[in-house]
Amino acid sequence: MAFHMTQRISLAPARRIAVAFFCAVLALGCTPRAARSPAASPEAAPAAHDMSTMSGAHTGHTMTGLDAPVTIPPGALYVEADVRFMQGMIAHHAQAIYMSRLASEHGANPRLQRFAIKIDQSQTTEIQQMQGWLRANGQMAPDTSSYHTVMMPGMLTPEQIAQLDKATGPDFDRAFLVLMIQHHEGALKMVEDLFATPRAGQDVDVSVFANDVVSVQTAEIGLMRQMLSSLPQSRP
Amino acid sequence: MNQLRTFLTITSAAALLAAAATVGAQTYPTGTDPRDALASGRLDAGVAAKGLTLVSFSNKPAQFDTARGLTFANSDLAFGGNYVYQGNFAGFTIWDVSDAAHPKVVSVVKCTTSQGDPSVYGTLLFISAEGNGNRNDCGNGGVQKPEDHMAGVRIFDVSNPALPRFVTNVQTCKGSHTHTIVPHPKKKNVIYLYVSGSQQARPNTELAGCVNGNDPADEANSLFRLDVIRVPLDHPERSEVVTGARIFTGLDAAPRAAGRPARGGPPPAAGAAPQAPPAPTGPRNCHDVTVYPERHLLAGACGSYGLLVDIRNPEKPFRLSAVSDTNFSLWHTAVFSNDGKKVVFTDEWGGGTSPMCQKSSMLEMGGNTTVTISDDKKFTQHAYFKIPSAQTAQENCVSHNGGLIPVPGRDLMAQGWYQGGVNVIDFTDADHPYEVGYFDRGSIDPSPLRADVPVTPAPAAPPAGGRARGTIGGSWGAYYFNGYIYSSEIDRGFDVMELKPTDQLSANEIAAAKLVRFVNYNPQSQPRLEWPAAFPVVRSYLDQLVRGQGLAAARTTAIDQALTAAERLSGSERRRALTALAAEVEKDVAGAKDAARVRTMASEIRRLAAASR
Repeated sequence: MAFHMTQRISLAPARRIAVAFFCAVLALGCTPRAARSPAASPEAAPAAHDMSTMSGAHTGHTMTGLDAPVTIPPGALYVEADVRFMQGMIAHHAQAIYMSRLASEHGANPRLQRFAIKIDQSQTTEIQQMQGWLRANGQMAPDTSSYHTVMMPGMLTPEQIAQLDKATGPDFDRAFLVLMIQHHEGALKMVEDLFATPRAGQDVDVSVFANDVVSVQTAEIGLMRQMLSSLPQSRP
Repeated sequence: MNQLRTFLTITSAAALLAAAATVGAQTYPTGTDPRDALASGRLDAGVAAKGLTLVSFSNKPAQFDTARGLTFANSDLAFGGNYVYQGNFAGFTIWDVSDAAHPKVVSVVKCTTSQGDPSVYGTLLFISAEGNGNRNDCGNGGVQKPEDHMAGVRIFDVSNPALPRFVTNVQTCKGSHTHTIVPHPKKKNVIYLYVSGSQQARPNTELAGCVNGNDPADEANSLFRLDVIRVPLDHPERSEVVTGARIFTGLDAAPRAAGRPARGGPPPAAGAAPQAPPAPTGPRNCHDVTVYPERHLLAGACGSYGLLVDIRNPEKPFRLSAVSDTNFSLWHTAVFSNDGKKVVFTDEWGGGTSPMCQKSSMLEMGGNTTVTISDDKKFTQHAYFKIPSAQTAQENCVSHNGGLIPVPGRDLMAQGWYQGGVNVIDFTDADHPYEVGYFDRGSIDPSPLRADVPVTPAPAAPPAGGRARGTIGGSWGAYYFNGYIYSSEIDRGFDVMELKPTDQLSANEIAAAKLVRFVNYNPQSQPRLEWPAAFPVVRSYLDQLVRGQGLAAARTTAIDQALTAAERLSGSERRRALTALAAEVEKDVAGAKDAARVRTMASEIRRLAAASR
């Protein structure tokens, strides 16, 4: 299975990344330029010690660990590709959440804003599931900052992130939809690669999760293409 | 009329956008629901209930009573006679429910089969198998060689429920996430299974003829089709896939979202504007389909669409209508109203393993929507419904499986919401669905899941003192069958519940429901509900007229007294009294607020008179 490690992706100046990501992970309604205190955040991160470790993760060290060897315990129904899939999909989802949380401050249309919140809420809980599965199986569970350092199929390049971040209003809507379709199709590719790997996808939790990714993201691609087709014409 | 109900009516694109903009402003959930703060515990959780009481709870059989992700998860239910068939990802359990207060395990069959959706027809039990880990021989060691892989439908002979006998595996290209029984319209010894599989087509080398493709119209493509298995009941071992119905073709060409008219595709690239790659956008499979054979209709919950399909010829189903909605994550399952004019579709946002009923969760996602069917068989979408309680982050929760409760004069259904519990919903008015009752336990797990983890490698073993991942549990599905509501608890076991009278549901309505009995019941293959002529049926309508003030109070009181008097009589005396009463009630129709219900009550009184001899 393709699992590309890259140099740390510079999404934006370091300070900006730190604040934006802090918001992205911790608070639904927070804008990327104004972090709030963890205590005020109702979402996603109930345990304080996790936040402290996370704040360490985004302040600049290069993530390590995903290139560490995977040990499969005897008798396990899963193989290395399953572990790599779950680890990589965390990074993949984290970038989708980052993209989604740009929608409100970039003036996305109301329908798209709701859709972005939906992706955010869906994929946040899926990250928890993937981390839960990895931990339950004694495997390394990446945190959400891994999207800075791990490149999976469909993930946006730094240039595409910059393009999305520059756009506002209808231009943002279009860029978001096109790039999120690309992102989702990458997730489908990841599942395809997983199931094409001998002996992979047999663990029932991985199998159910991977099939859910296909069902949900295929449906969302359809909806995004519908939304794309009903956007107003681009300005010349 | 009911404070718990909540809904959005979306009959136009404008309304959708308006709704999308105002949903966030709603004060919902209320924050005062008794289900909100229940104590956690696997077997000692706090309970909140209204209109439903627990008749019995049975632990999972020991063979499946191991918490390990979904490996031993209970799945759906099927009903036959005194037996309830409960699927499990590792096999199935047959319960004898002759005494609903004390269900007995008749047999436990170990057979690794994700996700194990069962249906029963006569002496045959059908079990859905999907995923890469199921073996032809039912073993649990994983698939070692491709030819050992089982994905499709397993068939068992359960003529002796204590000793189920394996008959055959019917392999399909996409496996079987769910399946639905469709009886042959004429031949009594043939049934069909409509199979929905959500995985990619298997490699051609593993199962000949399986093809993954992007063209929905390509006859060779294993995707974009509903697989149809024909089962000769006299020789079930000869069951085979006979066709793949192309009910999705064309859906991507004319996108319509929540009433929005189709428009042209995206304009050509303007400067650096990125372009979406071409790909089919319509669904390539359904998650689940529900058929109503008597009406020759199928409601398909298929990815981003809800479909209405004609099944007059079960081998050649064709699409009549489709509805799509950006507010629906994944069209999951469907329930028809008894008159076949409405469908409740559910949305399995989060796949059933995520906590999507929290206070912060989007209201328009992960619930139900009601769709009406016009005389020319077209869908119109109406309201949303989602449970009004605020569930915790430890409770996987979303709209899931359910079926009708046979109360005359109303469209009532029981439904499972995973760890959101079981509830009863009235969808008589497509624009105003509301909750009639519920039964809910606190979360299985005591403590919140950690939301994120450090980058350092995790310990080699799960941390002591708790489960390393959230336990997936709650009601997979809740169904009314012959007087009780049965719920498959994914992690805990098997629940039997009973309706209790409340201001929203009367003792007469409950008694009338108990008059409807079936031998076999597979919730995704809906039987028509018919009530015998009986006093509780008449009184159900009367109670509904009182509750809804559909007829003047003086008249409902007089009718009540007349019915009581008639019930004390017998034979021809009773017939004469009821005939006279029916004539009186027919005169009430003209002045009644709910004339249709009064008219129906009058005809029920006449039917009861005719039956009194």
